[in-house]
Amino acid sequence: MSRLLEGIIEAFTLIIQFDPYLWQIIILSLQVSGGAVALSTLTGVPLGAFLGLKPAGRTRFISKVLYTFMGLPPVVAGLVIYLLISRSGPFGVLGLLFSPAAMVIAQFTLATPIIAGLTMVGIRSRGKEVQETARTLGANRLLTAWTVIRESRFAIFGAIVTGFGRVIAEVGAVMIVGGNIEGHTRVMTSAIVLETSKGHFELAIGLGLTLLVISFLINSLLYYLQGGGENSGWK
Amino acid sequence: MAGNNVVLRVEGISKVYDREVLHIEKLSFEKGKIYGLIGPSGAGKSTLLRLINFLEPPTAGRIFFKGRELDVRGRVDLKTQRGMTMVFQKPVLFKTSVRENVAYGLRARGLPKEEINKRVAVLLEKVGLESFAGRRADSLSGGEAQRIALARAIAFDPGVLLLDEPTANLDPHNIEMFENLILNLNKEKGITVIMVTHNIFQARRIAHEVLFFYEGHIIEKGPAQKIFSSPEDPRTRAFVEGRMVY
Repeated sequence: MSRLLEGIIEAFTLIIQFDPYLWQIIILSLQVSGGAVALSTLTGVPLGAFLGLKPAGRTRFISKVLYTFMGLPPVVAGLVIYLLISRSGPFGVLGLLFSPAAMVIAQFTLATPIIAGLTMVGIRSRGKEVQETARTLGANRLLTAWTVIRESRFAIFGAIVTGFGRVIAEVGAVMIVGGNIEGHTRVMTSAIVLETSKGHFELAIGLGLTLLVISFLINSLLYYLQGGGENSGWK
Repeated sequence: MAGNNVVLRVEGISKVYDREVLHIEKLSFEKGKIYGLIGPSGAGKSTLLRLINFLEPPTAGRIFFKGRELDVRGRVDLKTQRGMTMVFQKPVLFKTSVRENVAYGLRARGLPKEEINKRVAVLLEKVGLESFAGRRADSLSGGEAQRIALARAIAFDPGVLLLDEPTANLDPHNIEMFENLILNLNKEKGITVIMVTHNIFQARRIAHEVLFFYEGHIIEKGPAQKIFSSPEDPRTRAFVEGRMVY
């Protein structure tokens, strides 16, 4: 217990003192996961919206595939991406292995089904009636699509935050394709694993606390975007 | 029938899901009239509105709007679609202010901001909700929401207004208010109103023409007074006398 307390105190000291090693890891983590989620949002939201507006019967198979990939184990995603981008793989020539770009690809693979799947579910709940209302009011296709997405924004924000939560906290895929190279591909989760194995608990706890704070800040943002929880049932 | 006055016409139209739910050989709607579509549930009334408003393609048949045949199974012609609008039983208001809701169709048509503001103010006054402009639409009561849905629908002066049981969930005070709005609108702007209603008293109160639907077919059509006082078909009689069990 005292070790944990000491670790927490030491962790706060490192954070407040802007320890360069700690902050470099935090920044890279945010860059990789933020980039992956941004790409997943650009892909997953339109895909989810498209599927959500189709009759459920017509998208049964693709929905099942999407739900399956929502639970894709990170190590499996990491393994597949590794095989694709390793020197002997079909994309080996791009030299992506053990780079932040490879980590973005791996996290994109994990986040996209979650964002698409949750967007689909969210849009399915109200999208059809919004789509029909917009059309009867004379909206063109683009405005109709935008209105559906805007009206489902709470569900979509939830999907994006869930996707971000999934990738910022995963360790298997980034370890496999990133390699946990100090100053290059070391992110918070892989650093926690490493520092714990080395007995450097203060740094591991510092990173763990930072992960929690980031999660809290993102959920606070979501809460704000949902209108202070007025419609979310969080009150 | 004044042929030149026909605003909407359907020919040989049908809709099949797992069974045929609608089949109409010929039907015309004249400009400036209020039509009441009555009949038991599942008789095809709402389906007809959805086909007319391009929300679903018909399985077969043709639809003419202002004399022009529409490509009902192809891409919806935006100009034609903008000539009519629909208010649903459950008003779907967007999660924004009342003002923005009423302005939606006007913005979709690219009207200048000043013109939109002017029209929205007039419409809110018309539906008696001028002080609600800045309120969140999802904070309105059922009756208020339906009045806003109507204001939003008529903002851009549609030629045809389709109403799918718009007062089914309203109390008598709001029903009266809604009916007066429809009557004034029809009188002032000459809008053609096609309204599905389960309330035969409502159809009697405001419709010029009444169409009785039964099992996907129009059984009887005529002036409201005639349909309610001396219906020809025994099924129509049973329905208007409240004897039809469904």
